[in-house]
Amino acid sequence: MTQLALVIDLNVCVGCHACVTSCKEWNTSGPAGPMSDSDPYGANPSGTFFNRVQTFEVGTFPNTATVHFPKSCLHCEEPPCVPVCPTGASYKRKEDGIVLVDYDKCIGCQYCSWACPYGAREFDEKQKVMKKCTLCVDRIYSTSLPEADRRPSCVMACPTSARLFGDVHDPESIVSRTIRENAGFALMPEWGTQPANHYLPRRKTTMMIHEDELMRADNPLKIDGKLPKPSKQQPTLDDSTSW
Amino acid sequence: MKPPFSVIFLTTFIGIGQGLFLALYTGQLYSLFDLLPIQDSRTFYALGSALAMAFLVAGLIASFFHLGHPERAWRSAAMWRTSWLSREVIVLPAFMGIVFLYGVAHWFNWHTPIVELAGGRQVDITLILGAIGTILSFTLFICTGMIYGCLRFMQEWHTPLTPINFTLFGGASGFLLASVFSTIVAPHLVGFFAGWAIIITMLALIGRSASLWRNARIKPKSSLSTAIGIKHPHIVQISQGSMGGSFNTRAFSHGKSVNLIRAIKPAFIIMTFVLPIILLAVGLSSPQLLITAFIIQYTGLLAERWFFFAEANHPQNLYYQKVA
Repeated sequence: MTQLALVIDLNVCVGCHACVTSCKEWNTSGPAGPMSDSDPYGANPSGTFFNRVQTFEVGTFPNTATVHFPKSCLHCEEPPCVPVCPTGASYKRKEDGIVLVDYDKCIGCQYCSWACPYGAREFDEKQKVMKKCTLCVDRIYSTSLPEADRRPSCVMACPTSARLFGDVHDPESIVSRTIRENAGFALMPEWGTQPANHYLPRRKTTMMIHEDELMRADNPLKIDGKLPKPSKQQPTLDDSTSW
Repeated sequence: MKPPFSVIFLTTFIGIGQGLFLALYTGQLYSLFDLLPIQDSRTFYALGSALAMAFLVAGLIASFFHLGHPERAWRSAAMWRTSWLSREVIVLPAFMGIVFLYGVAHWFNWHTPIVELAGGRQVDITLILGAIGTILSFTLFICTGMIYGCLRFMQEWHTPLTPINFTLFGGASGFLLASVFSTIVAPHLVGFFAGWAIIITMLALIGRSASLWRNARIKPKSSLSTAIGIKHPHIVQISQGSMGGSFNTRAFSHGKSVNLIRAIKPAFIIMTFVLPIILLAVGLSSPQLLITAFIIQYTGLLAERWFFFAEANHPQNLYYQKVA
């Protein structure tokens, strides 16, 4: 069984919102209709988005870290939003695990948004239906796009490659390997929703350098006391000539 | 949560309708066992059913205002296997149908005995319809309550007290309305219904106090730390992702001041429970007092239901704390 998902590397995300605009651009132009905005250029803009980049500050000054946190539908393996839907408009695809909303069946009761602990669903105020990330289902299976473009719009747009896309049920896929090898985690594991999307943690990139890596303690020439010439402490040819 | 007024009216109105029907049928059962005098089929049971029906219809109409696409509402009966909302959508019209038939059967005096119980008691079609209606009424209370109770991460709602309280609130307001109704058509039954109204209102007070007590002590399972997966005690949101609001910032917070919330809690306790109980106790002979009690309790129920939504803290709010 396939479960398509995103893996988002919080260590790499720079919070540029390219995934947000790219997502909106693709998904507002599709056959499913626009993701409507209200007052987009006014004082109080609002609109429908599948994907948002949020920013958090961790720690207390001066020891703080800014974490940019892209959030979209996590395509849970046990999606709590699906069984509560009274019409069956919300469903999880068997073939690839994508959670979708059938806009033609949705009655706009918003009950699924109550049932999603992640706030991944947004009600479109103009179309009056519930909307959410589709994992660009109309891109990834498109036969008119070049093979390399058959990936979610946000993944294509990310300038730092913070977003990976693949099948988390295939243990050898890039996403499964990354999750496994880089301590990938799921959001709010306490609710048992088993999100398919995973995040990679912030990690400090440090380099451990021992002194003997800079200067070999067991250099046989050094043991002889003859070479290198001149001794390490004295200026070398490199300091005085450009060869 | 932002309290949706359509749902507040839906749940309070159908609660009254269900409770009134239960009250009428309780009266009929008592008279079957000669504990109460037999009432006139038309003026008491048929008119009472019509009154219950009016509240159920009002609730049903209110519910449509909650929908983005009311014209597709018929679709919502599809997923009854998994969705309590879908179950409610099926049970509500079924219950309304039975209330209608119950009223019709009483109106046309269909009292031909169908079964005879031990002791020579005659069971007619109205008693059978009433029994079915009673089952459906309780099922509807459970469905309505479980719509909220089944959401496991809405910790304030995820308790058996939610459907229990919905049942008790509906019962209390329904029996209170029955006592108001009987001042007009069956004055000697006022004491019976008012007595039950007092008892159920007291039970509702116990149930709601229990849930208030419980909810005041809830430890949220989710935190910013589990929400974004960063193990640190000090995390604050800088930006929710857009400078204007979004659906998520509007639909999941009541947006009212702490003072209002603090004021509403004692207000609904007094209006839903304390005042109606006092007025019922002293107002047995006074229709005006009973009507006042009913209006005060209904206003209190609106406030209670508003508070029910407002007190529920949705974990998604962890992600939407700062509109920036």
